[in-house]
Amino acid sequence: MNLQAIPFEWYLILAAVLFTIGAVGVVTRRNAIVVFMAIEMMLNSVNLAFISAAQFLGDINGQLFVLFVMAVAAGEAAVGLAIVLALFRNKRTVYVDEVNVLKW
Amino acid sequence: MSLQVALFFLFGIGAIASAIGTITRRNPVAAAVNLIVHFFMLAGLYLTLQAQFLAILQILVYAGAIMVLVVFVIMLLNLGNEEALREQFTMRKVLGAAIAAIFMLQLGVLFNASPSQRYLSPNAASLGTAESIGQALFTTYLFPFEAISLLLLAALVGAIILAKRKVE
Repeated sequence: MNLQAIPFEWYLILAAVLFTIGAVGVVTRRNAIVVFMAIEMMLNSVNLAFISAAQFLGDINGQLFVLFVMAVAAGEAAVGLAIVLALFRNKRTVYVDEVNVLKW
Repeated sequence: MSLQVALFFLFGIGAIASAIGTITRRNPVAAAVNLIVHFFMLAGLYLTLQAQFLAILQILVYAGAIMVLVVFVIMLLNLGNEEALREQFTMRKVLGAAIAAIFMLQLGVLFNASPSQRYLSPNAASLGTAESIGQALFTTYLFPFEAISLLLLAALVGAIILAKRKVE
């Protein structure tokens, strides 16, 4: 294989693979914290796609989007983990399939 | 093989391996450690794209702040290994496989797309600096910047209200 540089598509393919792994993690895991970590992984794969688009097309806007995604992810981390904590305090579980208080 | 290609494979394979490790480990602490490795690999990938400011930010925000929060909550809850589901287990597996298949289909489309951009943009290195990002952040994106600070404040207040014990 004689490659001088990595083409744009390869970064997009890598981002798509990582997004897939994250999506599979969200549906297959029971532990709410691990589900949460898989969501972070999906956000990060989108960040990778944004940055590669910004750097290959020579446009700064993609990097600014990544900044905002990171800020939203930080806020989501704080609120999401607080919800997990409140859930554990009330139901003594963090398994998402055991939480059915909204199911009538 | 140039350095960028070698580093891409190193970090790319590392990122995929640690991502798979994150979703397959039964122990939540092991999953969290795998995720930290994953974030570092992604920061390396950002460096191969010459986005040095965001690579540093990735390590600071994700590996530094978010993962500390996650590990702290795992420690607080004192969770054991996750035991497998008995019922519904096959349904979840089928759903997971279906999602994987759909995304792999999209990957096939990407593989067959005609190559568009072979090389990094010539001004990629100057785009990745803190200077150019700060320039854009405080001029074009000033309003979103202020809005995101309000969002972070709201998240802060919300997290405290959700997590605090009832006084009185």
